[in-house]
Amino acid sequence: MPQVLRSPGLGRGGVYTLLGIAFSFGLSVLTRWLYHYDDVIDGDSVTRIAMLAAPLFFLVGLGAFSYWFYWASGKPTLPEDHSAHGAKSWKDYFRINTDHKVIGIQYTVHSFVFLFIGGLMAMLMRAELAAPGRQFVDANTFNGLFSVHASLLIFLFIIPVFAGLANFVIPLMIGAPDMAFPRLNALSFWMLPCAGVLMLASFFAPGGSFASGWTAYAPLSTSAPLGQDMFTIGVQFAGASSIATALNFLVTIITMRAPGMSFFRMPLLVWANFSTSLLVVIATPFIAASQFFVLLDRALHFRFFDASLGGDVLMYQHVFWFYSHPAVYIMMLPGFGIVSEVLAARARKPIFGYRMMAFSLLAIVALGFTVWAHHMFVSGMQTWIRVPMMVTTAIIAVPTGIKIFSWLATLWRGVIHLDTPMLFALGFLTMFTLGGISGVILAMIPIDIHVSDTYFIVAHIHYVLFGGSLFTIFAGVYYWFPKMTGRMYDEKLGRAHFWMTFIFFNLTFAPMHLIGVQGMPRRVADYSEQFAGWNLMISISSWVLGLATLIFLYNMVASWRGGPRASSNPWRSLTIEWQVSSPPPVFNFDSLPTVVGGPYEYGVPGAVHAVFKDSETPAVVATAGATPAGGGDH
Amino acid sequence: MERGKRTVTEMAVVGVIASAIGIAAALLINWFPASASKQAGPIDQLWDVLLIVSVPVFVLVTVIVLYSVKLFRVRPGQELMDGPPVHGNTRLEVIWTTIPALIIASLVVYAYLVLHDIEKAPAAANAEMHVKVTGRQFTWYFEYEDTKVAGKPIRSAQLYVPEGKSVKFDVVSEDVLHDFWVPNWRMKIDAVPGITTHYRVTPDKVGSYPVVCAELCGLGHAFMRQTANVLPQAEFDAWLTKQQQAAQKAATS
Repeated sequence: MPQVLRSPGLGRGGVYTLLGIAFSFGLSVLTRWLYHYDDVIDGDSVTRIAMLAAPLFFLVGLGAFSYWFYWASGKPTLPEDHSAHGAKSWKDYFRINTDHKVIGIQYTVHSFVFLFIGGLMAMLMRAELAAPGRQFVDANTFNGLFSVHASLLIFLFIIPVFAGLANFVIPLMIGAPDMAFPRLNALSFWMLPCAGVLMLASFFAPGGSFASGWTAYAPLSTSAPLGQDMFTIGVQFAGASSIATALNFLVTIITMRAPGMSFFRMPLLVWANFSTSLLVVIATPFIAASQFFVLLDRALHFRFFDASLGGDVLMYQHVFWFYSHPAVYIMMLPGFGIVSEVLAARARKPIFGYRMMAFSLLAIVALGFTVWAHHMFVSGMQTWIRVPMMVTTAIIAVPTGIKIFSWLATLWRGVIHLDTPMLFALGFLTMFTLGGISGVILAMIPIDIHVSDTYFIVAHIHYVLFGGSLFTIFAGVYYWFPKMTGRMYDEKLGRAHFWMTFIFFNLTFAPMHLIGVQGMPRRVADYSEQFAGWNLMISISSWVLGLATLIFLYNMVASWRGGPRASSNPWRSLTIEWQVSSPPPVFNFDSLPTVVGGPYEYGVPGAVHAVFKDSETPAVVATAGATPAGGGDH
Repeated sequence: MERGKRTVTEMAVVGVIASAIGIAAALLINWFPASASKQAGPIDQLWDVLLIVSVPVFVLVTVIVLYSVKLFRVRPGQELMDGPPVHGNTRLEVIWTTIPALIIASLVVYAYLVLHDIEKAPAAANAEMHVKVTGRQFTWYFEYEDTKVAGKPIRSAQLYVPEGKSVKFDVVSEDVLHDFWVPNWRMKIDAVPGITTHYRVTPDKVGSYPVVCAELCGLGHAFMRQTANVLPQAEFDAWLTKQQQAAQKAATS
């Protein structure tokens, strides 16, 4: 056997995947033979087991478990010589790597691949919806497209891309040499491609891809063809990845802060990811449970959701939303953190009301668990629960409002640098406000009864997740691009990307509010003639919106390869990640920083956030009012 | 300071004008399909109130963002300067916590009153008609539980209801989730396997309206459409009698 198939890596991962499939085949045949089935070979049964087993075999082959296997079997563990740290060539991104900066980039790039795939699916759907009647795809493919689109963008883009950015930035920000559990960190990342490949592969399953929406409501999901299992099991891998990463963040943030970094000296991005991680560890097991219920119903004929045999259909929705509502905050709070960083640094002012910003995050975490049934106002659940859920839902507008107003107050009287990260942050402020407003409107039960399951919901979710989350993701990627790559992106292209995205985002999603209220249900491959005009306009806008992402792609690729070298601190930020070189040294710090003040003391004469023992002068001195700072600008 | 005050006044004026224009535009948009039930009135009115409250909130945020950019965008020579180190202002923070809370509280109370209003049962129980709605992939059928022939309710593939009478729908499903929605009536509820769900409307306009399935139910979801026909009471009675006779004929033959 050639070396490449014997040593840990993608090659051996492939071989082990085949072994996993063989194992699944054997297990299935053996079990069916023992139970006296007539046909001992059953494709569905083998495939289902393989969906669970093959990814695990792949991870073993890849080497994700090597260290623990050595340790558990009593063999001498590989001495940690740190040879696996850092990335010297692009190939180093395609193997197990325990360096949080490499993992951060793996996560981010991997997530963007799925943004492009999911985005293409959206454009295909818009092609189908450009006119009433059938255009390009049949109803089953269409249902598959919106189901996979949503699942990929939620589980393989928004949630992991935030984890990726945080992976890169947070250890640097809190002055830690790495994450608390580097090997777990690597494992968390490598579970994601397993989930992604499963979900994409569902298009090749007999009967088509899973087509019951990302919500996978039973009993539609429990009676769907094989492709459904690829969602059910894919979510398990994505969810396990999320939980492991969240635990990693919690332990890292709680135990590995630099000396002097008290909780109230942490940058708000760290607070945001701390809050998000709390949400993830509490909520994500619920979606895992809901999907295991479905899997057991499908594979082993349990009767959780079969009403004719005593099952309870509504229970699925309760368990599902107990995760999936907090998931909305999992997909938004890290963005709040990014916006706080960008606004403070690019408006050159301390975050207004820092403590309230931190507390409002925690308030959202707590309240986020009390509102799940607002997704179920028309589900037929007991009616009395609706009013308390309406009240808690509406109350979330208060801590969210505190955040919006505090950001506005941060802008006021600042020195505003209107570059790409700032443009996206401001775009977020306005667009997320709209998403928040439609959220309050949706909380009002009588309105929700009419508009739930319509395009109004589609509009709302995209204002929150695109105008909200994705805008903050773009802001964050542009902002930390120089730190991650050591290169500067092209500012002109960045601005063009912003304006094109901002304009066509609105042209695409704003009209959906209207057609929703007028009566167009969501998740339909066809619609009545009266909505034709708006839908054509939406489709055309959505394609231009898709094209805008190509500007971003070109900018990122070209700048990473040949952009001008970035200085260590192009934004003159005070937070610690900017006080080290771009890209940072392999172990982050040559000497550990000591935190001596708040993270956003812009305008305070001589203020610094952290000092390094060896350096005599801190890298950046913030200065007040009219006196120019001592340098550091590129 | 004087200049600052003038700017704030200017922003307030711009904000009020923009809000007025925004509210007027939002109210002029023909949002809803034609109203055809007693329930639609209060719901549409709640919608208008929500628009009137929402527009100024969005205008407030946008005006502050735009003015901040206009007034405080970095000028030549300021590239290395910082803004004033303002860390917060308790009074402001109390204000922007309290006012949204009060607005939210009043909206919630108002929405509750509307909900109570639209779900209220008619005073006399016999003033209400019962229709059982069954969803199955991919069609609806309707049974008139008050009119039975040989122990079985009258069954129809299209929905017929009289004008001006409260109708209580008992909604069930034979297979997966569906959702019984007539946009012109504004009300909807899921058809859930294993349980019976309900809502009531009082149709108040004669005409034919689409019955839409609003909950993803599989392949034919987009095409699961029927018609709700609202007839004057006399015509409805005639229709029902005809159905009754047809059912009797079928039962005896």
